[in-house]
Amino acid sequence: MADQKRKPKPKQEETTEEAVEAKSTDEKTEEADDLLDEIDSVLESNAEEFVRSFVQKGGE
Amino acid sequence: MAIEKICGIETEYGISVQGAVDFNPILTSSLLINAYAKPAFKRVRWDYEEENPLRDARGFDRAPAETTPEDDSGLVNIILPNGSRYYVDHAHPEYSSPECSNARDCVIWDKAGERILEDSMRAAYHIVPEHERVFIYKNNSDGKGNSYGCHENYLVDRKVPFPMLVKHLIPFFVSRQVFTGAGKVGAENGAENVDYQLSQRSDFFEVEVGLETTFKRPIINTRDEPHADPDIYRRLHVIIGDANMCEVSTYLKVGTTALVLKMIEDDFITDDFTLAEPVRAIKTVSHDTNLRTSIELVGGRRTTAIELQWEYLRLAKKYAQDNEITEVEGDVLERWESVLDRLDTDPMSLGRELDWVAKLQLMQAYRDRDSLEWDSPKLKMIDLQWHDVRREKGLYYKLLGSGKIEQLLSEPEIAHAVDNPPTDTRAYFRGECLRRFSEVIVAASWDALIFDIGDEPLRKVPTLEPMRGTKAHVDALLDASPEASTLIRNLGS
Repeated sequence: MADQKRKPKPKQEETTEEAVEAKSTDEKTEEADDLLDEIDSVLESNAEEFVRSFVQKGGE
Repeated sequence: MAIEKICGIETEYGISVQGAVDFNPILTSSLLINAYAKPAFKRVRWDYEEENPLRDARGFDRAPAETTPEDDSGLVNIILPNGSRYYVDHAHPEYSSPECSNARDCVIWDKAGERILEDSMRAAYHIVPEHERVFIYKNNSDGKGNSYGCHENYLVDRKVPFPMLVKHLIPFFVSRQVFTGAGKVGAENGAENVDYQLSQRSDFFEVEVGLETTFKRPIINTRDEPHADPDIYRRLHVIIGDANMCEVSTYLKVGTTALVLKMIEDDFITDDFTLAEPVRAIKTVSHDTNLRTSIELVGGRRTTAIELQWEYLRLAKKYAQDNEITEVEGDVLERWESVLDRLDTDPMSLGRELDWVAKLQLMQAYRDRDSLEWDSPKLKMIDLQWHDVRREKGLYYKLLGSGKIEQLLSEPEIAHAVDNPPTDTRAYFRGECLRRFSEVIVAASWDALIFDIGDEPLRKVPTLEPMRGTKAHVDALLDASPEASTLIRNLGS
């Protein structure tokens, strides 16, 4: 996910294999975007307030 | 020969109540446990007789005045039929898994603990006021300088001199973070600032060896409560680990540590990896997600955490050639090697297996899409929600559900472990007695059960041998004992 930049479109002279690889990278990017959308839907929306109020004192 | 590495994991869960005016963590922890527990198990109290958290493995008892142990004995404290202990520890609900005989079982009963907390939360929905919402996180830090533990326990032969454990375990613990880290945004407890680091816990370690767990935290904790025959055993209490969501992380954490302990017991490690400054090194390693920064050994040689792990693996592989090892241990060795290989070449390829990598990748994806800075509240929210135990809300579980995380266990085997003990340790006897005779058990602990069978005095059944009381040992006895009184009689004959 960290290096998911889209590859440039394969040129005519590129081999089929490279074209396939480029396509699968595009698919991966799309898949990653879908995953982020899904996570958006469950992520607590009031992040700032939520994180601020999460204080745990005492333990172990 | 090294003894069987009976092991278990105790986890303090972080809790929060949104919408509450006065949030009292002790009351909320009690409420969660009470909401979960069936009445039959609530009345069996914990037997504290054998507990002494101030006994030091170095051979002395600490005077109580020097530390401030809180008396938790009045708080909710129950034993579950899977052999675990579920109780309020200071300000957290804590689940202590039953004794397991191997790393894989340890993962199973650790995950069962997550399900128990998740079920507790649902049960509590019906009890808390409607506008309040309880959240539970399996993590180790609130991001504001407060940490709570995920402690591992290993059965160790008392014959092993404690200084040998200290010598060989410190370099191992400092370096194992490369696969045990649960990942965290930022630094705490006065550590130098960093965007993201491997471990939730490392910033909190201040000394090499010591008895404390809540301040001046030591890399090697010396608490000497064996919960077993004290002439034969120690229970090594490891407080430096992170609470992992990824099954592979937990599996490797426990599996590799158990192997290193076996090697120490058999006096197999002749190399000396003593670190020049372990307390500093643990932070250096945690703060470098490229895994390239070197740390110094006594004598001046410099090495990386991965190189140190390769050294321990090299020794463990040789140990496995010279000694009989179990199937799980063999599997741990293979995975350990595979993980180190990839950490060497491309750490980011481990996003399916390691918490710190998976979490970092998720955050990077958010940073790329939304142009977020590392101090963004959204990233801190992701950091926290990664550890949410609810399977429909926790981000670890969202990735697992999308097939992005490798799972070692099946859901049915986790569900089974919620209500059933492991069959090959004394946890089996404890769990089965709880299931069959809870009406007449007045108290229980790791190393005893106390029965009240009517007119006679209370009868204590000691369980001082962690490897006895297995299904193979006691099933015939239990089946021949429809009543607890018969069991007691049969045990006495």
